[in-house]
Amino acid sequence: MNALAAVGEALVLIGTFFYFLSALGLIRMPDVYNRMQTATKSATLGSLGVIVGVGIWALGTDFGSAAWLTKTIVIAVFLLLTNPISAHALIRAAYKSGIPLWEGSVMDKYREHMEAKAKAAEAPEVETPEETPKEGGEE
Amino acid sequence: MGEASKISRYLYTVIVLFLIWLLLTASLDPQELGFGLILSLIVAAFTYEIFTTSGLANLHPKRVAYAIAYVPYFLWAMIMANLDVAYRVLHPKRPIRPGIVHCKTVLNSDVGKLALANSITLTPGTITLDVDDDNYFIHWIWVPDEALTEKEEEHVKAASANITAPFEKFLKVIFG
Repeated sequence: MNALAAVGEALVLIGTFFYFLSALGLIRMPDVYNRMQTATKSATLGSLGVIVGVGIWALGTDFGSAAWLTKTIVIAVFLLLTNPISAHALIRAAYKSGIPLWEGSVMDKYREHMEAKAKAAEAPEVETPEETPKEGGEE
Repeated sequence: MGEASKISRYLYTVIVLFLIWLLLTASLDPQELGFGLILSLIVAAFTYEIFTTSGLANLHPKRVAYAIAYVPYFLWAMIMANLDVAYRVLHPKRPIRPGIVHCKTVLNSDVGKLALANSITLTPGTITLDVDDDNYFIHWIWVPDEALTEKEEEHVKAASANITAPFEKFLKVIFG
């Protein structure tokens, strides 16, 4: 059973390493959008590693049971599903409140799209054929 | 995608809730199973209308098989993403060339679009900024050369091939 404990310890170590990278990325990146990149990805995988690692680690000890692993897996899946949504909400709110991109950014297609949409809204008779709803059962 | 019947959506919600109960309690004691089933039935009665639109069709064997195959594929992409981020953070020159790019998707269902947006956020160098019908606006940490063209179609094609296409072949089957 000690192999399980070793695997769990290794997973927790890897997870904390990614936590460290996530914090370092927050310091090193130039603007809010790039910071969200590092913070979201590394923190999510770091959490997965630590949480599932604890579950496997507990299997290898004498007080542990399978309940540890199933609970940690439920928590890990919950984190995996909700973390990107919160990141998406934060980055979208940052964009909507007018935080500029870093000066090294090469393109901003979203602004072009919003401007094109605002223009289409002012002259509705041109764009109306495009607006037909697309959902209709293909299956 | 049309809506499934009420009973099918209700049963699907019960099954999902009961699975979560099973994992959370991690016990096969008949009393716990019975109580979990009762709770699932009650909670599902309140929530099935907003939980799912396609009901038991989600449990089609082909969809389940693709969903299971998607898990290791996605975890692998996620580990590569983190190594990529690690490289960009630790490299002394900080090699980033960010930009907001425009992608299109072939997915139709709302759940599929949500899954695709989540997958994009957790994989190499990309994070979803906004979704508008089938247009995805994605903040990319390193915009490659082939996506730097002025022409809109070429740009969308290159960006979609890089970002959305690898997941769509799975998500198209899983969510339609």
